[in-house]
Amino acid sequence: MILDEVKEAYVRDLLAKGSRADGRQLLQYRKVKVTKGAYPNAEGSALAEIGDTKVAAGVKFDAAIPFPDRPQEGVFMVNSEFPILAHPAFEPGPPNENSIELARVVDRGIRSAEVIDLKSLVLEEGKVLGIFVDLYVLDHSGNLIDCAALAAMAALADAKVPKYDAETKKLLRDQPVGALPIAHKIVTCSFEKIGSKILADGTDEEEIASDGRYTIATADSKTICATQKSGAAGFTRQEIVKMMDIALEKGEELRKLI
Amino acid sequence: MAVSEEKQMIVNGKRLDGRGFNDLRPISIKAGVLKRANGSALIEWGRNKVLAGIFGPREVVPRHMTNPKRAIIQARYIMAPFSGQEEHGRSGPNRRSMEISKVAKHVFENVVMTNMFPKTMINVDMEVLQSDGGTRVAAITAASVALADAGIPMKDLVCGVSTGRINGQLVVDLDKTEDNYGESDMPLILSPRTGEVLLHQIDGKLTKEEIAQAMDMSFEASKKIHELQVAALKGRYERVLAETENGNNGGGN
Repeated sequence: MILDEVKEAYVRDLLAKGSRADGRQLLQYRKVKVTKGAYPNAEGSALAEIGDTKVAAGVKFDAAIPFPDRPQEGVFMVNSEFPILAHPAFEPGPPNENSIELARVVDRGIRSAEVIDLKSLVLEEGKVLGIFVDLYVLDHSGNLIDCAALAAMAALADAKVPKYDAETKKLLRDQPVGALPIAHKIVTCSFEKIGSKILADGTDEEEIASDGRYTIATADSKTICATQKSGAAGFTRQEIVKMMDIALEKGEELRKLI
Repeated sequence: MAVSEEKQMIVNGKRLDGRGFNDLRPISIKAGVLKRANGSALIEWGRNKVLAGIFGPREVVPRHMTNPKRAIIQARYIMAPFSGQEEHGRSGPNRRSMEISKVAKHVFENVVMTNMFPKTMINVDMEVLQSDGGTRVAAITAASVALADAGIPMKDLVCGVSTGRINGQLVVDLDKTEDNYGESDMPLILSPRTGEVLLHQIDGKLTKEEIAQAMDMSFEASKKIHELQVAALKGRYERVLAETENGNNGGGN
C-alpha cells in the first residue's frame, strides 16, 4: 500500500514534467515482439511480449457438442490465467474480475469482428469444432490486455486444424488438414488516464497511478470492433475520438507483427 | 453478440415495436421501493425490470479490503434465472455478470464521494428481474437513483443508454431482438454534468464516424433519462410529504 503510493507519486511527478520513467513519449509503445508456435504441442500457440510483459497463448481444438441455442455453430472460448509467478500482487484462487475482464475483452474483439466463421466449424450433426484459447500471463509489467490480444490472435493465426475421424468421433491431432481460416487480425490499443494526461501502453507502475483505462480493438485501419472503459476516470467525447485515431493507426503497425 | 443471419428490423422507417431511430422505450423509475435497504429504486424500461438496492456506508467485509482513505464500492449485477425469455438460467454470478459488475463499480467510484467515508463499504446491488436488452444501462441508471435515495453524496446522477446498428442504421436503446440480430451494440453511461463517459463497451464493428454519431445520439437520449431520474427522486419526497400530512408519520417508505 505504502509502496504503491510512492510509485504513484513518482509516476505523477514525472508526468507533470511530461515524461515517463522509461523515457518514452506519452503515446509511444514499448518494443513489441510476437513469437508464433512457441508451444508446439498445442495446435496453435504464441508468446507475445510488450517490453517486459509476457503473455503466452495456446489454442486447442476439440470435437465439441454445440450450445443448444447455436446448433449450427462451432464453440469458441477464451480463458485467462494469472499464475502467481507473474506478479507479487497475484494470489492463487479462482479467476478474479481482472482475469475475467481480460479474457472477455479479448473474446469480444475476436468474436465481434467475426474473425472466425463459427458456422464453418460444424463437423457433423451434433458435433462441432471447439476452439479453446488459453491465455497465460507469465510476466506482468503492465498492459496485459494488448499483450494478451496479440498472443491470442497470433496463436489463432498459427493454428492447424486437425482431421476429424467420424468413426471414432475424435480429432486426429497428428493429421492437420490446414490452417484455421482467419478473416481479420484483431489488435487492441490500451490507454491509461492519469490526471488529465492520456498515455499509451502503461507499465504496471503507471497502472497503479492510473485513474482509468480505455481499450480499443480494431479489425483494420477503419473498423473498431470492441471497446472497454475501465477504472473510475471518465473520458470526454474528444478524448475518445482522439484515442480511436491513435488506435486505428497503431493497430496497423501491431497487425504486421502477427 | 451479433448473430449473422439477416433479420429485417426496420420497416417503413420504423423499428419492429414502432419506434423511430432516436426513440427510447417507455421508462419509469420509482425511488425508495424497499423498506430495509438504505436506498432503492425500481426501473421499468420497456420490458426490463431492474431493482437496485444500496447498503452503506457500513463496516467492510471482508475486513482486509478496508481502504483507510476512502469507502470501497462493491457492485453486484445479477440476472435472475427466470429473467430471460430463454430457458431457465443459472443462479448467481457468471463471467458476463462479473465483468458488468466491475465496470459498474468503476462508474460509481467516479461519482460517489468515497473520500468522505474512509474505512467503509457501500454495496450497490442490481437485480435484473426481467430482461429485454440494455439491462446494464438500466441497472446503473436505477442504482444511481438508489444511491441518491440512500443520501450518499455524489458528484452527479449518472445515466445512459445502449445505442447500436441494426440493418445498417444507428438506433437508440436496442431491445433484445435488436441486440441479438443487430450488427453492433454500444452501451454508454454518461456523467451529464461533466459530459464524461463513465462506461463504454462496444461490441460489434463500427467506424470512428459511426461511434461519434452514436455518442451524440446517446448523449441526447440520456437527457430524457436524467429528467426521469430527477423526477423519481422528487416523487419519492412528495410521497413522504403526503404521508406525513396524512398523519402516517412518513419516514420509512
